[in-house]
Amino acid sequence: MIPVGYFFVLSGLLFFIGVFGFVTRRNLVAMLISVELILNSVDINFAAFNRLLFPDGYEGLFFTLFSIGVSAAESAVALAIIINVYRHFHSDQVNSIENMKL
Amino acid sequence: MNYSDFFKMIPEASLVAILIVLFVADFATAKTEERRWFNPLASVLLLLNTFVCLLPMEAQTAFGGMYVTSSAVNVMKAILSMGTFIVVLQSRVWAAKGGKEGEFYMLIVSTLLGMFAMMSAGNFLMFFLGLEMASVPLACAVAFDMYRKNSAEAAAKFILTATFSSGVMIYGISFLYGEFGTLYFADVVAAKMQATPLTIMGLVFFFSGLGFKISLVPFHFWTADTYQGAPTTVTGYLSVISKGAAAFTLLSILFHVFGGIMVYWHVLLMIVVVLSITIANLFAVRQGELKRFMAFSSISQAGYIMLAAIGNDWANSVTALSYYVLIYIVANMAVFTIISVVEQNNGGKTNISDYNGFYRTNPRLSFLMTLAMFSLGGIPPFAGMFSKFFVFMSGVNGADINTTMGAWAYAVVFIALINTVISLYYYLKIVKAMYIVRTDNPLPAFRSDCNTKFALAVCMAGILLFGVCSFVYEWIAAAA
Repeated sequence: MIPVGYFFVLSGLLFFIGVFGFVTRRNLVAMLISVELILNSVDINFAAFNRLLFPDGYEGLFFTLFSIGVSAAESAVALAIIINVYRHFHSDQVNSIENMKL
Repeated sequence: MNYSDFFKMIPEASLVAILIVLFVADFATAKTEERRWFNPLASVLLLLNTFVCLLPMEAQTAFGGMYVTSSAVNVMKAILSMGTFIVVLQSRVWAAKGGKEGEFYMLIVSTLLGMFAMMSAGNFLMFFLGLEMASVPLACAVAFDMYRKNSAEAAAKFILTATFSSGVMIYGISFLYGEFGTLYFADVVAAKMQATPLTIMGLVFFFSGLGFKISLVPFHFWTADTYQGAPTTVTGYLSVISKGAAAFTLLSILFHVFGGIMVYWHVLLMIVVVLSITIANLFAVRQGELKRFMAFSSISQAGYIMLAAIGNDWANSVTALSYYVLIYIVANMAVFTIISVVEQNNGGKTNISDYNGFYRTNPRLSFLMTLAMFSLGGIPPFAGMFSKFFVFMSGVNGADINTTMGAWAYAVVFIALINTVISLYYYLKIVKAMYIVRTDNPLPAFRSDCNTKFALAVCMAGILLFGVCSFVYEWIAAAA
C-alpha cells in the first residue's frame, strides 16, 4: 500500500500549484481552473485519509463527494459571471477589467 | 432517519416556507396590479421570521449531531433576520425597476438560509455546505445589475475570491480530519485538541479561509472593488449580514472546536485584528467614493467585531459580538439606505463630494446620516459607543496584565481605542461635506418613498434606543 505521506505530498503540491496559478494568472478562466486544482487537492486529502487512516467510516469520502458537487455549482456560477464580464469588457484578462480605482 | 427532527430547526423551516411563498407569489402576481404588494409581502414574511427566531428554544441537536442549536444561535438568527428585513424593505424601488424583484428576494432569502445552516452546524460538512449556500447566491446578487459594467466586475472578483477562500478553508478542514478522523465538532472536542503540526496547519488554513469571508486585513483585497461595484442594496447586505454570520460562526468554531489550542489562535487573532483596524482606517481616510469608503470602514468594523473573540470566556465574547453586529446592522443599513436613495434619485451619484451642501436641500436625510455616522464612530449617546465598549470589555476579559498574553490583549484593545479616534476623523468628513462645505449646486431636494422612510425609521430607533435601553443587551446576555 502507498504510504499516506505520498498522498500528502501530492495534495500539498497540487494545492500550492493552484495558489500560485491563482495569484499569477491574468485570465479569469485560468484563475478558475487554478481554484479547481485547490479543491481537487482537498479531495485527494480526504479520500486518502479516509482510506488509509480511518477505514472504518466514510466521512472523508462523503466530504469529497459533496465538495465535488459544490465546486461544480460554484464553477457554473463563476463561468456565467465571466461570460457577463466578457460581454461588457470584450476581454477576460484581469488587467482590462479594472474599471474601479481610486 | 427521524423526520420529527425537522421540528427542531424551526428558523430554517420557516425560511424555506418563505422561499416557497415568494416563489409562488412571484409568478402569481407577474404583470398584475397586485405586484405592488410583493415587496410588503416579502418584508412582512421576514419580520415574521424574526419573531419565529425569537421563540424560546432550548439547546438541542438534530440529525445525529449534524445540526446543533442553542439560545445564543437563535438570538443571532433573529438579529440577522431583522437586518435582512431592513434590506428587503429599503430595496423596493431598486428591485422593482428591473422587474426581477422575485429573483432578488429569493436570492437574499436563500443566502440567509445558508447562513442559518452554517451558524447551527455541528459538523464541518454541514458548515461547508451552509457557507457555500450563502456565498453562491450572494455572487448572483452581486451580479444583479446585469447591464452595469461595475456590477459584473465586482461579481467576478467576488466569486473567484469566494471559491478560492473556501478551497483554502476546506484544505484546513482536511488536516483536522487527518488528525481526528471525524468531522463532528463534538467528537473533536471530546478528543481534546493538542497543538500538533496538523492541528496548527488546520487552524491557520481554516482561519484564512474564513478571514476572506469576513474580509479581515491580509485577506481584504476583494472588498473595496466588490462593495463599490455591487448594487448598493447588495453592498449593504454584504457588509452587515454576511459579515455578521461569518464572524459569529468563526467565533463559535474557534471557541468550541479549537478551544484546546486557544493561546495559538489568540495570537493569530490579535495580529489580524490590529492590522484590520489600523490599515483599513488609513485607507478609508483617502477614499473619495462613498461606497468604497464604506468598504474600508466595514473592514475596520470587522476588526472590532473579531476583537470580541480575544477574551477567553465564551458567554462574554458571544454577547459582545452579537450586540456589536446588531448595532452595526442598524447603523450601517441606515447609511446604505441613504446612499441607495440618493443614488436612485440623482442618477447614480455616490461620491463624497456629491454630498457637499446636502444639508441645505435634504436636511432630514443629512441629519439621519449624521446620526448613523456618529454611531459608527462611537460617539457616546448613540448605540455604537455601547457596542464598542462591550467589545473592548470582552477583549480584555480574563486577561492578566502581568502575563505576556494578558499584556498583549490590553495592548490590542488600546490600539483599537486609538483607532476609534482616527475613525472619527473620516466619519466626520462626511458630516463636514454635508453641513459645512459650501457649493453652488447641491443635490436637489427629493422625497423618498414610504418603504425607505420606514426602513430609516427602524434604523434610527435602533441607533437611538438599542444603546440606552439596557434590556436589549441583557436579553442577548441572558441567551448566551
